[in-house]
Amino acid sequence: MPEIALEMKDITKRFPLVVANDKVNFTVYKGEIHALVGENGAGKSTLMSILYGLYLANSGHIFINGKKVNIANPKVAINLKIGMVHQHFMLVPPLTVAENIILGMEPIKNNIFIDMEDATKRVEELSKSMGFKIDPKAKIENISVGVQQRVEIIKVLYRGAEILVMDEPTAVLTPQEVEELFEILKSLKKQGKTIIFITHKLNEVKDLSDRVTVMRKGKVVGVKNTKDTNQEEIASMMVGRKVIFDIEKKPLNLGKTAFKVDKLEALNNKGLPAVKNISFEIKEGEILGFAGVEGNGQTELVEVITGLRSASSGKIFLYDSDITNYSPRNIREDKIAHIPEDRRQRGIISEYTLAENLILGSHYRPPYNKGLSLNFTEINHHAENLIKNYDIRPSDKDNLLKSLSGGNQQKVIVARELYGEPKLLIAAQPTRGLDVGSIEFVHQQILNERDKGKIILLISADLEEIFSLSDRIAVIYEGKIVDVLDPKKTDEKEIGLLMTGSTTNNKLSKVK
Amino acid sequence: MFGDIFNAQFFSSSIRVAIPLALAGLGGVFSEKSGVINIGLEGMILTGAFTAIAATNFSGNPWVGVLAAIMVGMLLGLIHAVTCITFKANQIVSGVAINLFASGITVFFSWLLFGETQIMAKSSLPIWGLPLPNIGEGSVFVRNLIVMFANYSPLVYLTIIIFVLSHIILFKTPFGLRLRSVGEYPQAADTMGVNIVKMRYIAVMTSGALAGLAGSFLSLEQAHFFVKEMSGGRGFIALAAMIFGKWTPFGTAGAALLFGVGEALAMRLQGVLAIPVQFINMVPYLLAIFVLVSAIGRATPPAADGIPYEKEIG
Repeated sequence: MPEIALEMKDITKRFPLVVANDKVNFTVYKGEIHALVGENGAGKSTLMSILYGLYLANSGHIFINGKKVNIANPKVAINLKIGMVHQHFMLVPPLTVAENIILGMEPIKNNIFIDMEDATKRVEELSKSMGFKIDPKAKIENISVGVQQRVEIIKVLYRGAEILVMDEPTAVLTPQEVEELFEILKSLKKQGKTIIFITHKLNEVKDLSDRVTVMRKGKVVGVKNTKDTNQEEIASMMVGRKVIFDIEKKPLNLGKTAFKVDKLEALNNKGLPAVKNISFEIKEGEILGFAGVEGNGQTELVEVITGLRSASSGKIFLYDSDITNYSPRNIREDKIAHIPEDRRQRGIISEYTLAENLILGSHYRPPYNKGLSLNFTEINHHAENLIKNYDIRPSDKDNLLKSLSGGNQQKVIVARELYGEPKLLIAAQPTRGLDVGSIEFVHQQILNERDKGKIILLISADLEEIFSLSDRIAVIYEGKIVDVLDPKKTDEKEIGLLMTGSTTNNKLSKVK
Repeated sequence: MFGDIFNAQFFSSSIRVAIPLALAGLGGVFSEKSGVINIGLEGMILTGAFTAIAATNFSGNPWVGVLAAIMVGMLLGLIHAVTCITFKANQIVSGVAINLFASGITVFFSWLLFGETQIMAKSSLPIWGLPLPNIGEGSVFVRNLIVMFANYSPLVYLTIIIFVLSHIILFKTPFGLRLRSVGEYPQAADTMGVNIVKMRYIAVMTSGALAGLAGSFLSLEQAHFFVKEMSGGRGFIALAAMIFGKWTPFGTAGAALLFGVGEALAMRLQGVLAIPVQFINMVPYLLAIFVLVSAIGRATPPAADGIPYEKEIG
């Protein structure tokens, strides 16, 4: 029997509307990598927040190395050598790497001052022991996401953590960075650390973990040795039914070239070039997927096409009509639908009801508008139809959007955008943060549109998504399209390399 | 004419005018670095100004007045902290309420205690520095130097010390690092075991103390009296100085000095130029607008400025 590092017993946590953890039992052995999986809202993050003292459980007990503990706040957790790397990095952007790492546990000199030299030295030592190089004096806002994650890991190690909780650490990384992260985690395991790894990507469970605990709707539904199980079994435990992994794609049925972007250029908010001389075409019935690390001009590109940002030069054509720098309203009237990357900021108004959200963008025209007032009979009728067709839950049209889960909010957006037969669908990060069931749904909708002969521009940082949907893949790096590839003739590794700019040499050697 | 305006006296009066702006602006820096907007600086200055005169006149000791002004400023800071931090009320509304409360309460107490709304100071702080030599051949230069650098109220020297200390506290100590992190990204600070509520209370009360001190300088040193509404928008100009100074102590001091020059200039120009005095009095405020417009885009406030901290529920 291996030594038990952590035991959580009968943990129950109630929020006003939901029981997030219902008598959860969770045991982790010393020195193992333990995957904690489940759909969004299954209660994984809540459980870990209780372990880290961010939430207090309503009932239940926690034992660390066999000793009962009471974790009232993160400080207690840190003292118990529990460290957590959050999904959204807990780093203060204008501060330096070293300042972020020592925050709350600063080395002192002369009883008053922060000993920055000592801090810098210790950060350098720790990163060296992990085999990576980090500039302690760099500001967080100037370093890449992958490096930020390493800073988070060092931050946890600086506090002497023995149990590391990693909350969906791969969500923001490129494939190469994921590989490197796995190496780091394995080397931490070799040093005897215990790692809890939250994810909903099942291949990661397989690649990395020793054991896996599956949660569903606030309960633990199973604990397995990773080598004794498989992805299908874990997935059906997570969802509670059988999951279809490979979506069936009908053969490509291309129409004429219908959407054309020609030498497009645009600036970002700082006034620097973000979209650099981008040209591409999409045919009817085709999905062009843009792969790329976020922040390489995708956001700006979508904004220009949808009229939210003006192009500094270049043209955009939809069926021979020039729509460059049209207003967003004109663009919507030209039947361009947009599933925005930032759901909460651009996709919905969370303080509005379902019915109101479902007419956003067409609210000004009949039948939803008559004269000076809104036509609520029509609006409600429209809402009830879409709620039924898209199975939006809960199904009350008068619910505020903020009370819906992320998956259902996304369904609202998809329902609204696909209503009225758009010609072009722009889907930016359409499944970000969604659970397996919702991802399946959104993907199916996008493919249906494709099969109906619509033009589809997909933008995603998730390579799996890019590969399972796209008919062609354009890789974007630093505002330029570096290559356009056939998904059947390439793989995640090649795309991953192109995405990070380390490109042409490898490719040339491949051609030879 | 040029030499009549821009001389040693002009320099020293610029500094005197700048002191309350700088102190209150520094108060703004502390509060906003922690993530709490303090628009109530205006009211805190006004209350400080009244308290300083009242306490001085009752005790006969101006230092008691200064101390009382600081205490009352802290008390108003505490009220702002309770509403904004503990009860998570809207910080602008709370600040406006403090300003309205201050104009009312100061008038009320000046009627109650003194029977009028203009109260002369019965004693004032000493001037510390070198004695001024008589104007004689050759000593004009020395005299000017003394006027410019070594002939002020103790509060002026105290202000300089406070600014140096504040810079050190904010940028060289663990307290400062934690304070800045709380104003930028409280969630991160929370996960590192930093007590956000405590940090914000300290910052907002410090802010009140500094505004109270600013008020005491205004009434005890600059005017030698209290009159209703004497703060005259200085709290808001202090906020402008804070923004123009990019939320740093020295930047704020520099911006306050710029405003001080503007106001001193306005005072000098009265009677010199054939422009109505009301227009000349607009100079500092116009300067504030000009400075703020030119600061747009360059000045980034702390990211969590004005947002009450709530643990996410999810």
